[in-house]
Amino acid sequence: MIARIFATAIYETHIARRNRWVLIAVALMVVFSLVLSAVGSAPSGGLGADRLSITVASLTSLSVYLVPLVALLMSFDAVAGEIERGTLPLLLTYPVARWEIIAGKLVAHTGILAVALVAGFGAAALVALASDPTAIAGAGALWRLAWTSTLLGATFLGIGYALSSQSRRASGAAGLAIGLWLGLVVLYDLALLAAVVADDGGTFTTQVFPAALLANPADAFRLFNLTASQATVAASGIGSAAASIALWQSLLSILVWPIVALGLATLAFRKVEP
Amino acid sequence: MTSTLTISHLTKAFGGVQALSDVSLNVAPGERVALLGHNGAGKSTLMKIILGLIAVDSGEIAVCGSAPGSAVARAKVAYLPENATFHSALTGLEHITFYLRVRGEPVSEAMPLLDKVGLGHAAQRRIGTYSKGMRQRVGLAQALIGHPSLLVLDEPTSGLDPVSRRDFYELLDGLAAEGAAILLSSHALTEVEARTDRLLILSGGRMVAEGSLHDLRREAALPVSMHITAINGYDTDILAALPNAIRVGDSLHVTCTQDEKLQTLAHVATLKSKVADIDVIPPSLEDIYSYFSRRDGQ
Repeated sequence: MIARIFATAIYETHIARRNRWVLIAVALMVVFSLVLSAVGSAPSGGLGADRLSITVASLTSLSVYLVPLVALLMSFDAVAGEIERGTLPLLLTYPVARWEIIAGKLVAHTGILAVALVAGFGAAALVALASDPTAIAGAGALWRLAWTSTLLGATFLGIGYALSSQSRRASGAAGLAIGLWLGLVVLYDLALLAAVVADDGGTFTTQVFPAALLANPADAFRLFNLTASQATVAASGIGSAAASIALWQSLLSILVWPIVALGLATLAFRKVEP
Repeated sequence: MTSTLTISHLTKAFGGVQALSDVSLNVAPGERVALLGHNGAGKSTLMKIILGLIAVDSGEIAVCGSAPGSAVARAKVAYLPENATFHSALTGLEHITFYLRVRGEPVSEAMPLLDKVGLGHAAQRRIGTYSKGMRQRVGLAQALIGHPSLLVLDEPTSGLDPVSRRDFYELLDGLAAEGAAILLSSHALTEVEARTDRLLILSGGRMVAEGSLHDLRREAALPVSMHITAINGYDTDILAALPNAIRVGDSLHVTCTQDEKLQTLAHVATLKSKVADIDVIPPSLEDIYSYFSRRDGQ
């Protein structure tokens, strides 16, 4: 079992390396992280927080958008691309279970994403440390951001595989992936915000809103990182929402989502008839 | 000896269209069986069912004693798809290494396998740079991994040049001698004629004929043709002696049934002094194939 997952992971890593996905993911993360750490340093003076903690707050907002996007871009082709190329029937005649194929792809893509995150966050941390020796106090927040970003990436990779299994063409799967990204990462928050404003402190705001935030992996990720590092609450807009949700709840959402996504991907892939 | 592949009364329909109706067949270890049929006759569907890629509507099927597509069956079956395709960004070596790992075979086998199919020199090149024939040979190399009990080959020689085809059938002979059962589909009738033990003809989703070429030839009972070349000037005498002979160009053609063959030859032999040469032309595999495919209303 492990050998077959490992075999698929090596195979997928080769493909990602040849297709320059590794390079693209690393470059995207490094460039955006450096830009944000440069821009984010401006208002830090009056907050009394170290430079790295401020950078982490900016990087959290960056990760919420960028990590799901990169994950979906890497995964939309996973099943639909194999169907389109005609490579899936042969693969499925091999003694490898469908969940093992999905798990192998997930291991490879999560690994690539982790490398990109380490490169991007590492670059931002170096910049922060170079200008502020007390910035080392924010190292814990950065580490937390790094592993939660990896789990967020794994979640969206799994969702990407599930979407890819729903389409027989890579172009169709790409459309679904972009639609999902817009929905979960951009429109979901806007819709919640509109509902909260309209509700004006009623039952929606107290009962439904926290649950809705936890149900969305991107929101749970943002909540967890903001709740965990109190210094960054000051720099964020949803501090009040974060305060009403216990830390363990958002942590649970972050930990459970990758497993749910892998399950969804496996279920969807099982239904694919080559 | 028990069969490697047993299929009985298999039926499959796609949205009301009957793809396979009541198909039964057996393939024994070491046997090379060719599956013939028009495009759309159901060859690929049958193969995908054997591989467990498509579920059946009704009928029994056992692959190496297990259900098709089960872990046991997949471990013992090798497949070569029609127009084998691979990820163009990876090299032949990377692909074969991957397939070896998935089958739990040593990775060191990769180069010997590629050498075996004549791709050793291109092992480090991306599949995207390969010709169709080279890709087909990568497909072949992966089908040879391990010691499969059953090989399912969908038009394995398409895209191969005549020399590669001969090498390919030699590889198959070796595998069959080691006890592998082989089921292959082909359009190249003359090729499978000499290289397989048994022929199956599918037409419109039905098995219309099954047996060795000799059996099928006898069953079809197609007429035998004889081409007689007369010694100068004697052709009219021969035409007079053989009432059913016709003149085609420089030679005289006589057609008769299988049963009348010897009798007709004996008759021609009595005209020995007037005959320069005679060719006896049995019905070709194409004729036999057309006969069986058309018989059921095709």
